[in-house]
Amino acid sequence: MIATLVPLQSAVLALVALGATGVVLSRDPLRMIFVNGLYGLLLVLLFVVFGAPDVALSMLVISTVAYPLIVLVAIARTRGRK
Amino acid sequence: MTRRARIAIFLPAIGIFAFLLFWGFAGLPDFGHYKGPYGFVLNRVATPERHMDNVVNAITYDYRGFDTMGEEFILFAAVIGVVLLLRGSEQREAPADESIGSDLVRVFGTYAVAAVVLVGLWLVAFGFITPGGGFQGGVVIAAGIVLVFLASTYRAWSGIGNEHILDPFEGLGAGGYVVVGIAALISGLPFLTNLLGPGIAGTLWSGGSAPFVNWAAGIEVAAANLVLCSEYLEQYSSRLPRTVL
Repeated sequence: MIATLVPLQSAVLALVALGATGVVLSRDPLRMIFVNGLYGLLLVLLFVVFGAPDVALSMLVISTVAYPLIVLVAIARTRGRK
Repeated sequence: MTRRARIAIFLPAIGIFAFLLFWGFAGLPDFGHYKGPYGFVLNRVATPERHMDNVVNAITYDYRGFDTMGEEFILFAAVIGVVLLLRGSEQREAPADESIGSDLVRVFGTYAVAAVVLVGLWLVAFGFITPGGGFQGGVVIAAGIVLVFLASTYRAWSGIGNEHILDPFEGLGAGGYVVVGIAALISGLPFLTNLLGPGIAGTLWSGGSAPFVNWAAGIEVAAANLVLCSEYLEQYSSRLPRTVL
C-alpha cells in the first residue's frame, strides 16, 4: 500500500487540474471535444499511477471513442437546424 | 433572467457548494490511510477462497454479484429510456453513401476494428486473472464495432448497428445474468451462489459460475453501448442526403 504521494502522482494530479481547467475554458464545442479527449487521457494516466488499471481501461475507451462520437453527433444535429 | 439576477443566484450557490466540498475533503482520511477493513479481508481471502486473481472482479461478480445485477439493470433501463425517446421517430431510409476523405483512415480503421474487438474479448475472458472484466471489455468491444462507422460509412455500420441485431444481445446479456442467479436457486442455494466450484487459479477455468455472469455483463454492456450509438447515429444519418431504396 502506498502511504504517501510519490512525485509522479503529484505531477499527474497537477496535469489533470490543468487539463480540467482547459476543458472549462474552451468555448467552441468542437475544440472542447479535442481538449476533453486529451483530458480523458490524462485521467487514464491518473488511474494508472494510482493503481486502478481497470478504471483506466474503461476511461480510455469512453474518453477517446464513445464520448466524442456522441457529442459530435449532437453538434452535427443541432448545427444543421440553424 | 438578467445577468445581475443570475449572478445573484450563482454566487451564494457556488459558495455553499464550495463549503460542502471542502468540508467533505477535510473529513477524508489522509492519503494512503485506508480505513475499510472489508478491503483488507478480501485482499487476503479472495484468491485462496475463490481462486480469482483479480480481486476487483471477485467482488464485482461473486461477493457482490447481486449489486452488479442491479447496476446492469440501471444500464438496461437507461438504454430503454433512450430507445423510447429516439427510436422510430425518423424515416428509415438509407442515406446516400458518404465519401471517406482519406484512404489511410479507411485502411487503418478497418484493421483497428479487428484489433480493438479482440482486445475487448480478451479483457472479458481474462477478467478474473488480469485487470478487465465484463464492464471494461464490453465497452471496448462496443468501441471497436463503432469504429466501423468511423472508418467506413453509415451504410456499412447500419448492417451491424441496427436494432434487429443488437436488441437480442441486449436481452441475452441482461437475462443471462439473472438465469445464472436462478440456476443457483433451482439447485437449492441462495440466489447467484457460485455453483461450479472455484476451478484452477490463474487459468480461464477459475471462478466457477462467475465467468458466466462476467460474460453476461460483457454482452450486456457491449450491446447497450452499441444500441446507444445506433440510436444517436440514426439521428445523425437523418441529416445526410437521402437515396430512395
